Amino acid sequence: MTESFAVECCGLRKSFGGVRAVNAVSFALARGQFMALLGPSGCGKTTVLRLIAGLERPDAGQVRINGGVVSDGAAIVPPHRRRVGMVFQSYALFPHMTVAQNVGYGLPGGDGRARRVAEMLELVDLCGLDERHPAELSGGQQQRVALARALAPQPDILLLDEPFSNLDVALRAQVREDVQRILKQAGVSAILVTHDQDEAMSLADCLGVMFDGAVVQTGTPRALYDDPATRRVAEFLGEANVLPGEARGDLAATALGDLPLRRPARGAVDVLIRAEQIALAGPGQGVPAAVTRVMYYGTHQHVWAALDGGAIVKARCAPDAPWRAGERVALRISGPVAAFPAGES
Amino acid sequence: MTRSSLFETRRVLLLVCLPLTGLLLLPTAYLMARAGEVGLTEAADYLTRSGTLRIMGRSALLVAATAGASVLIGVPAAWLTVRTDLRGRRWWTILLAVPLVIPSYVGAFALVGALGPRGMLQGALEPLGVERLPSIYGFWGAWLAITLFSYPYVFLSARAGLMQIDPALEEASATLGRSGLATFRHVTLPQLAPSILAGALLVALYTLSDFGAVSIMQYNVFTRAIYLRLSLNLDLAALLSLVLVAFTVALLAVSARAERRTYPATGRTHRAPRRVALGRWQWAAVAFCAAVVALALVAPLGVMAYWLVNGVQHGETLRDVFAPLQRSLRAAAVAAGVSGLLALPFVFLQVRYPGGLSRLIARAAYVGYALPGVVVALSLVFLGARSLNVLNDLLGLDGYRSFALLIAAYVVRFLAQAIGPARTALLQVNPHLEESGLLLGRGRARVFATVTLPLMRSGVAAGVALVFLTVMKELPVTLLLAPSGYDTLATRIWSASSEAFYARAAAPALVLVALSALSLMYVLEPDD
Repeated sequence: MTESFAVECCGLRKSFGGVRAVNAVSFALARGQFMALLGPSGCGKTTVLRLIAGLERPDAGQVRINGGVVSDGAAIVPPHRRRVGMVFQSYALFPHMTVAQNVGYGLPGGDGRARRVAEMLELVDLCGLDERHPAELSGGQQQRVALARALAPQPDILLLDEPFSNLDVALRAQVREDVQRILKQAGVSAILVTHDQDEAMSLADCLGVMFDGAVVQTGTPRALYDDPATRRVAEFLGEANVLPGEARGDLAATALGDLPLRRPARGAVDVLIRAEQIALAGPGQGVPAAVTRVMYYGTHQHVWAALDGGAIVKARCAPDAPWRAGERVALRISGPVAAFPAGES
Repeated sequence: MTRSSLFETRRVLLLVCLPLTGLLLLPTAYLMARAGEVGLTEAADYLTRSGTLRIMGRSALLVAATAGASVLIGVPAAWLTVRTDLRGRRWWTILLAVPLVIPSYVGAFALVGALGPRGMLQGALEPLGVERLPSIYGFWGAWLAITLFSYPYVFLSARAGLMQIDPALEEASATLGRSGLATFRHVTLPQLAPSILAGALLVALYTLSDFGAVSIMQYNVFTRAIYLRLSLNLDLAALLSLVLVAFTVALLAVSARAERRTYPATGRTHRAPRRVALGRWQWAAVAFCAAVVALALVAPLGVMAYWLVNGVQHGETLRDVFAPLQRSLRAAAVAAGVSGLLALPFVFLQVRYPGGLSRLIARAAYVGYALPGVVVALSLVFLGARSLNVLNDLLGLDGYRSFALLIAAYVVRFLAQAIGPARTALLQVNPHLEESGLLLGRGRARVFATVTLPLMRSGVAAGVALVFLTVMKELPVTLLLAPSGYDTLATRIWSASSEAFYARAAAPALVLVALSALSLMYVLEPDD
């Protein structure tokens, strides 16, 4: 059974000078899958990656790669015997080596090496840049060299530590698409660490959300977005309005009316309504409200509306309707909503 | 207003800097002219004479030997203190760097005071009937005296290099399947090479320009040969100086080439590297550090203390130190103050108005710094003897040896030291801060005084302290240009140890080392 997992982490713990960075982290990644570890900075996600790579010794817990134990408490297989590829946040390209030397660094010498380097450069679309040095490349190109270098020795698992954080926002979308294509083409199991929920959700097959050194929920991006385990997960994954409500089984009474719940609940709850679940219409067709503020993005617009009870909600709507501040509107909610016991963070 | 005031400031700076640059370059130009007076055939004949070739050979040998030995001491010491769990590594770091405050001629004095004729060892062995010891003079003495007190250049530079290497590079190498040793060879060492080379270059330049140690050790390299020829043939001394300058330029060119071959890193993670556990090698590592510190710090200080006590017992009075100390302090303070002041226009021109002309002026300020002290002193002796005689007579000064000329020589030699830290400081002052000041209605001068200067103050102060420290320790310029009777700590140590009056050299040597240590602490403080 264990054979089908590329990576398994069981009860990993790691402290640095008394500060607990990773606290009882357990998860498993099926072979060929692409997982994203998502969390705010300082949540310990990079440490988890370094524990898997063998760059840190766990205080307790186990890491298994392809079923073989590589870390068991302080006993570890050193990183150079793990067949783990890693793309560092700073890329860590060897500045004194050419692109080709960087990519070939992890390969055994011999005839195969040059062929494999050429193959990898073609995969990452960098043919013809073999003799350049890293400093002579753009950020996106450096990133692809780092990817090619990590993939060249055909690692059992590829780890990516915030690989897009050093790129311009304009470049990021393109590089993201490239990386997804390259990883699928290489068919490698991979773990991506990021604090950017867009990045994590769009790239990964499965998601692990980390807070304060612990993985709080794992699942597909769609499952986590629609059915978050806690309010904190919900708010971390996307724009959300939280309104107090009274749950009565399948419905919760809120300032936006009676809303259908995803899971039955009872008592005082915080109801979470995604911004895109709120639609605006002319007065009279729903809950009355007044527009207070509009931000227009071209692809969509954000509209803030004050309910007559005083609460302000944020809606994400199509860009075509020209809403103006002060205008009277009506709000309608589509789809079921999530509810959490009141006061829980 | 018709023109931007930007240009006005630049013009004022140029008006100040250009004449100063001329003054900075004058000695070198004069030296070349003077050497040119030696006929071409005569020059060729002199330069290929076996005596001259031997001087060149000895200089090259000494440079290679001191630089090599410094790398062998400095690099392992740097690695032990930065990358291992060496016990007491913070203390070792300080102790291994401290020998830098001992000028090589003081070190040479300590060596001959211990091992030379009438030295400690011979004194101890005399009752046993030992009349003569193997001579400490010559190559081995000079090599030891320079290596022991200049290896910290390599140590500090290699440390900085090791701390700068992105630990992710070594981790990347590990994830790509390379063991620790292979990673060190293929990743760490190539990254570290420029730092090692830079440190070794400093040692090489120091060796080439060192005058005190080689003359106390009577090892006839360029600087000593030039000094000895001064009274015989000034033109030949100038010619020899030019050859020494050529050696210096060649060294700088080689290092510049090596530097061109390095490639900048593309990114950096801010994570401390993991330390290697020494395990059973712990004691070997401690022994290595202890041996270096014993030889380069404890032994010299011990020898000086011995001769101090010995001298006091035989009637030397400590009062004799006060006059030279005062002269040293005065010369160093004036030179440091003048350098600090003159550095400001250079730094501003270079940082705020970059361009071809600024770059040339900046380079000119470094010419005097790159030249060996003997050469600068020699050229000013020429200048002083010829052109300033008239002036000095008018002012009633003492020939070419006037205090003003001494200060001028120090400034030519060490202005670059004041410019360096001040430049770094100004580079860190965002021009937007000055622009905000201007937009808030303050004038340029007021913005400079209230915004720029306070922000770069520590850099200027560090530069001034550095010049002060260096001038205190400077020997050849002082020896050749100080007015007669103006003997300083440095010249006192030199003359006393040259004549084997070790007891007389001990007090000034200890005072000098103590003062150097104090000002070095001040220089290093802004970084911490």
